[in-house]
Amino acid sequence: MPDDFDSRAEQAKAVLASVDPRPGVPKPDPILVADHVRRSFGGLTAVNVEHVEIQRGAITALIGPNGAGKTTFFNLITGFDDANEGKWTFNGRQVAGTAPYRLARIGMVRTFQLTKALSRMTVIDNMRLGAKNQTGERIFAAIFPFLWKSQEKQIDQRAIGLLERFNLHQKVADFAGSLSGGQRKLLEMARALMSDPELVMLDEPMAGVNPALKQSLLGHIKAIREEGTTVLFVEHDMDMVHDISDWVIVMAQGQVIAEGPPDTVMKDQAVIDAYLGAHHDSNLTESGEALTEDGAR
Amino acid sequence: MDWGFILTQTTTQAIGITAIIYILAAIGLNVQFGYAGLLNFGQVMFVAAGSYAVGVIVLTFDLSLWLSILVAIIVATALALLLGIPTLRLRADYLAIVTIAASELFRLTVRSIAFKDTLGGAQGLNGKLGQQFHDTNPLPADFQSLPVLSWTRQDLWVVIVGWLLIAAFTVLVWLLVRSPWGRVIKGIREDEDAVVSLGKNVFVYKMQALILGGIIAAFGGIVWAVAKQSVQPDTFQPDFTFFAYTILLLGGAARVFGPIVGGIIFWFLLAGTGEFLGQAIQAGWIDFLQPTDVGNIRFMLMGAGLITLMVFRPQGIFGDRKELALDAR
Repeated sequence: MPDDFDSRAEQAKAVLASVDPRPGVPKPDPILVADHVRRSFGGLTAVNVEHVEIQRGAITALIGPNGAGKTTFFNLITGFDDANEGKWTFNGRQVAGTAPYRLARIGMVRTFQLTKALSRMTVIDNMRLGAKNQTGERIFAAIFPFLWKSQEKQIDQRAIGLLERFNLHQKVADFAGSLSGGQRKLLEMARALMSDPELVMLDEPMAGVNPALKQSLLGHIKAIREEGTTVLFVEHDMDMVHDISDWVIVMAQGQVIAEGPPDTVMKDQAVIDAYLGAHHDSNLTESGEALTEDGAR
Repeated sequence: MDWGFILTQTTTQAIGITAIIYILAAIGLNVQFGYAGLLNFGQVMFVAAGSYAVGVIVLTFDLSLWLSILVAIIVATALALLLGIPTLRLRADYLAIVTIAASELFRLTVRSIAFKDTLGGAQGLNGKLGQQFHDTNPLPADFQSLPVLSWTRQDLWVVIVGWLLIAAFTVLVWLLVRSPWGRVIKGIREDEDAVVSLGKNVFVYKMQALILGGIIAAFGGIVWAVAKQSVQPDTFQPDFTFFAYTILLLGGAARVFGPIVGGIIFWFLLAGTGEFLGQAIQAGWIDFLQPTDVGNIRFMLMGAGLITLMVFRPQGIFGDRKELALDAR
């Protein structure tokens, strides 16, 4: 980190300040670059992203109304769904079509909208699963504990450290299924950090979390950035996004319709139309259709 | 009414050769279903593969019994790969459908007239299949019987080795499930996508669990062929698999000792009710049943007992109810 910045937050803001806020704009140091990513389900094109870049070391929010294709885009990038076409690179490496577990190994770890804490396993076992390159995970080595015991100790130390940070250290021996919804979100985030990822992708980390815990989650996400990890998260709560993100990408109808620092994006007419349009209180399908008309106007 | 006779007969069966075969199959299921969450409904196919490996190698090709053990392992592995490659990438239900169909396919294929020369057709393979094993019997030649347990000299040797096999596989499973490998397969049981997102190649782990469980079951088949000195295709019906599941659930799935305790209790109850009803009918205590009904009645009682177990103790004997009550999401 250069000396003239007090924190990664300021550094990220300063770097991104010089970037022109328009959809698909190139960034100075992108960790993830996606081109022409398209996914359709039958006649419906859920995702059709021309070009998007994610700046390294920053917190980027991916926002948009329900059905905008944010989660689908997430699934495509992380390999959990197959794109109809498109290319994307991670750290300059072409990764389209790569198996999701391989992406996780090279440093792109995601969480899920519906939290996937492994219920009938203890909190510490959940954490241990997150660690990479474990000798004991190979079936023949597993039979001989002396081959993996020392590595296991290191993993435990790291896990306890992270659990302390996420205020879960008193739950170490509890089943993950006995945690509250918010604690599961924390556990999932902590578990993702076990592998020391370069890019953490959080799918709606705030969904179903009470306001007090939301504040603490926000703090954790900021702390992740301070350690140099890039964060990309999906959210549709604009206030939340405004508070923590360095850069905001807005999707609607499967496309990127706006990009920029939070303040700029929130004033963007296309975003306001897509988001706060007159149809915001009608039901999902109808609002989706209404948005097309609004966007076209 | 000879209570002593009922008890000795029942105990002999509860830890006897048939129980050993089922326990081995259930240990395999425990790896697959209990720990990895793979719904394998074709476990009997792996048992049959083990039995047929012995039959074909020893009888048809006149080769060593010890070679047939190696062949059984190879065949079980090949069958697991054959089943797993197309289905393990799909949802759990597909494996269940494919395995139950495959186990019947296997049985109908091995009993077909087309392979009568090598596999023996519907009559199966009969002869001195386990002679090489029985020749190693260290028990004294004038051995009569143990005090209470009425096994022949030959059967007792099978029982001893059978329990040693159970012990060996139980230790293996115990070592595996408390290792990081075991953690990964338990994670897969809970939520596959979560484990994928943490960088584990879930497909390979599921395949390893399927193969390992299949090999353990194949050893059950080897014991069967050696003990009975015959391989009968129609003994490998799907109900074998369901009894093995019953044993697993009775003892408690995902518990190392679940299959052993479940197997002993299952055969104790099944043999006990059979012996008791038979004696009770003979003694005139029950006059509305014929001795020929006993075989069916005991399964009806077993079914009723299982329903009761599932209602009042769904976690099985060893299971942890609190753990079961946690929703899987």
